[in-house]
Amino acid sequence: MKSQFNIFHNVDKPVIILYLILVSIGWLSIYSADFIEGQSGFFSLQTSYGRQLLFILTAILAAGAILMINARFFYSFSRIIYAIAILLLVSIFLAGVEINATRAWFRIGGFAIQPSEFAKFATALALAAYISNIRTKKPTKANIYKSIVIVLIPALLTLMQKDVGTTLVFSAFVFALYREGWISGIVLFMGGLAVTLFILTMIFNEFIIIGVLASITLLLMFFLRKRQGSAIRLIGLFVLLSVYVYSVDLAFENILQAHHKSRIEVLIYGDSDLQGAGYNLHQSKIAIGSGGFWGKGFLQGTQTQFNFIPEQTTDFIFCTIGEEWGFVGSITLIGLFLALLLRLIALAERQKSSFSRVYAYSVVSVLFVHFAINIGMTIGLVPVIGIPLPFISYGGSSLWAMTLMLFTLLKLDAERLEMT
Amino acid sequence: MHIQRNTNQHTHRKTVFSAIILGVSLLLLVRLFVLQIADPSYKAFARSNYLRHVTDFPSRGLIYDRNGDLLVYNEAHYDLMVIPGQVGDIDTLLFCNLLNISVETFESRLLQARRHSRFRASVFERQISKTTFAAFQEKLFRFPGFFVQPRNLRKYTYPIAAHTFGYVGEAGPSVINNDPYYRPGDYIGISGIELAYEKELRGQKGLRIRMVDVMNRDIGPFQEGRHDTLAVAGKDLHTTLDANLQLYGEQLMQNKRGSIVAIEPSTGEILALVSSPSYDPGLLVGRQRTRNYRALQNDTLSPLFNRALMAQYPPGSVFKIVSTAIALQEGVINPGTRHNCSGIYHTRGISIRCRDHPSPVDALSSIQHSCNTYSSILFQQTINQPRFENIQQSFDHWRSYLESFGLGQMFGSDLSYELPGIVATSDYYNRIYGERGWRSQTILSLGIGQGELGVTPLQLANVTAAIANRGHFFTPHIVRAVDTPDNLQNRFGLANHIPIDRVHFETIAKAMQLVVEEGTASFSQIPDVTMAGKTGTVQNPHGENHSVYVAFAPVDNPRIAISVIIENAGYGSVWAAPLASLMIEKYLNGEVNRTWFEQRVKEADFITATP
Ligand SMILES: [Zn+2]
Repeated sequence: MKSQFNIFHNVDKPVIILYLILVSIGWLSIYSADFIEGQSGFFSLQTSYGRQLLFILTAILAAGAILMINARFFYSFSRIIYAIAILLLVSIFLAGVEINATRAWFRIGGFAIQPSEFAKFATALALAAYISNIRTKKPTKANIYKSIVIVLIPALLTLMQKDVGTTLVFSAFVFALYREGWISGIVLFMGGLAVTLFILTMIFNEFIIIGVLASITLLLMFFLRKRQGSAIRLIGLFVLLSVYVYSVDLAFENILQAHHKSRIEVLIYGDSDLQGAGYNLHQSKIAIGSGGFWGKGFLQGTQTQFNFIPEQTTDFIFCTIGEEWGFVGSITLIGLFLALLLRLIALAERQKSSFSRVYAYSVVSVLFVHFAINIGMTIGLVPVIGIPLPFISYGGSSLWAMTLMLFTLLKLDAERLEMT
Repeated sequence: MHIQRNTNQHTHRKTVFSAIILGVSLLLLVRLFVLQIADPSYKAFARSNYLRHVTDFPSRGLIYDRNGDLLVYNEAHYDLMVIPGQVGDIDTLLFCNLLNISVETFESRLLQARRHSRFRASVFERQISKTTFAAFQEKLFRFPGFFVQPRNLRKYTYPIAAHTFGYVGEAGPSVINNDPYYRPGDYIGISGIELAYEKELRGQKGLRIRMVDVMNRDIGPFQEGRHDTLAVAGKDLHTTLDANLQLYGEQLMQNKRGSIVAIEPSTGEILALVSSPSYDPGLLVGRQRTRNYRALQNDTLSPLFNRALMAQYPPGSVFKIVSTAIALQEGVINPGTRHNCSGIYHTRGISIRCRDHPSPVDALSSIQHSCNTYSSILFQQTINQPRFENIQQSFDHWRSYLESFGLGQMFGSDLSYELPGIVATSDYYNRIYGERGWRSQTILSLGIGQGELGVTPLQLANVTAAIANRGHFFTPHIVRAVDTPDNLQNRFGLANHIPIDRVHFETIAKAMQLVVEEGTASFSQIPDVTMAGKTGTVQNPHGENHSVYVAFAPVDNPRIAISVIIENAGYGSVWAAPLASLMIEKYLNGEVNRTWFEQRVKEADFITATP
């Protein structure tokens, strides 16, 4: 067959185009953020945009290689890949180096490699393989717990490396489990409620929240008074949530590390503490906010060019886009991500095998959580948690891992007719 | 598609998941809309982040004396400024150590600056020393939000003429609210020449907008400097003062309370303006200004009070030169009119004492001997002239002569804090005595320069200059030229004429010459210089009388007119006249030969000697 010789046969073109656009936007933003007048060298490894160009080219080569691999490979080797990823995460404790207060890196030559980025890929494969396995396919309680353990192992390992951002990303797999019917809508709702209450507890006094919860409970009891037993259930829920809110507050006061606490406090108290933890967020909001409607133009962002934004090529790359391309640029970027995510959901839904579908949903979920948290933190919607913006932020590990995940999905999709 | 559609029953959950994604994206967009479009404050923050409005303060104009001698100039110093919105995470302890301030001081100053403005620069520490400046300049990059602003401070060649120069201080809130030119921390002339010529001296501030990066490093001009303006240096002032004469006058006035005003009659230029006790103008400069000012303010001798312009004395006998000139013009006497003097003058229950002198006296000798009887008679005759319907009319007529001499009103000179003096109006006497209740004898003391009369030393010197000019004067002023010595101010170039014929002034001048040559001031003659003068002794109910003397010289071609008042020094002939003669000798001859005379005046002490 002719298709044997064309690696792009059946590969979804819209996703490839979106991928290339996002990677290009990322490179231009890094170029602008790291640009110094009079300094040349697109290909110089001294500049971050020079290195990112290298990362992009190798990522594209890797993507091509993935498209040449038989899709069954990923299913067959999913456990081995997962085992390797876990081993790498463990070996970090022996041979890793610490960067930005996070012990999550290997240093190889001049480059730092972050295994936790690849662990997301491995976990997605392992989870998909486990759920799609005929023997374990039934969502019994034991199976559900086992699937959660698959996610929890790498999540806990990254937490032990103080990489809270990556740990949070592992919660993305909830969406994949939800889609497969392994987790009910109520659990997802309760999860969402838990996250919302968590953030609200950070912002308001816990007793105010409990008070508001009590009022809502009373209102609901009034409206549902004709229903049998609703009052008892509502009161039970109220007690449960109150205990949760109170313990979150206790945990926040006693368990969280100082720098996480202060990052969350920044959200609570806004821009007041500009000399301490609030500085990053404040500068980020200034850069994005000053972009206005049309932006200041490429290489014209004053906050970007004069280095007011910390970590501006990595976690805060969105500042450069917001400042130089304005609201128009922000809306475009969010639109591109939205198009990619929705397209990937469509791809996931057309899979014949549950392995491919679970994997695809895992990828969409991970991308979505990265996207939402990263942009959310630059504009002060979520605490400053250091995770990169996929395909945009500077960094080889992130780009390679995301490319690997995406093109594995594309390969599975391209061969969906052959797989059952 | 021959393979059956996916059998998974949870396909609706795809919609839930998509809705979550869409919902979160919408949330992000709403937040971005608020940040980027609805809330303009971030644009201001961004500008203050990277734009530094650098004010270039022009050097303040220099002040010269009439001979081109530099009197007031500038010395550079440095203010440490802060833009609170940009103060990042700095090493507060190192900062405080460099400045030698406590952390609490640091916090409170920062808070104060923040209250003023987050985006505008405020002064954090004034006039930091050169060593602090050097240490700071090195480490400035570690303190984003702080920068050093060069400024100028006044320096004085000689410690003289403090009242005349005035001083420069920070613009207060009322100035800042009313004049957009001034910003907090800006300097402004507060008194003296510095106040009167503030607009000329200050120049024009320049503004440069610079771009800085996060390390507070200068990146370059904003938009190629198209918004920048250059500072324009202040204009120099060429004063009328003679520095040597001023210095000499202040030396002569040491340990005395009083004043000297010397005027060049042909121009109205003030040659010397001494108010004693005085202070070193350098005290009211820089960081110690407020403290020194308070000390001067609390000084019981009130050194801040500018007696030359603001003290108002009844002129006493020197007023006879004015009242006699008026009487001559009114025709109630002529130079030959004689009256007897028995040493006391009686009229309707009022008596005025006179001193022992030859009798009878005529117009000239009455001035020469300062005869109170003669002055009282001519004053009554002037007021009682039958051509006036009532005393109000005749008094107002007499009073208009005084106004023409510049008494009872301000000159509109370029001196700050000039006072008008006191010349009572007929309304005033009407109120006190009733319209029909006063006669010439009621106000008889005016005839000998007492009573409801208040004259400033400047006015007294000006009257003398008018007599020296035989009937006109030029508004006394302190600055001859602005910018260059040739750029003369013409606003003081118009003569003010007194409606008294020249011939009568000649009579007065001759009488005053007699005062010096054969009269009350003969003790103070200057060798080879003709001088016309008049002594006065001002009654002081609170203590020893004030010693007063006015004079001009040379008589035929007057180059200097002078008034001297020494408080609590007794007779005018004893202290004021000798001191004035020394000033005139110094000015006309360049040096004083009567050294024993000079010594005697310098050593006289009426401050520590008076209880
Ligand atoms: Zn007499």
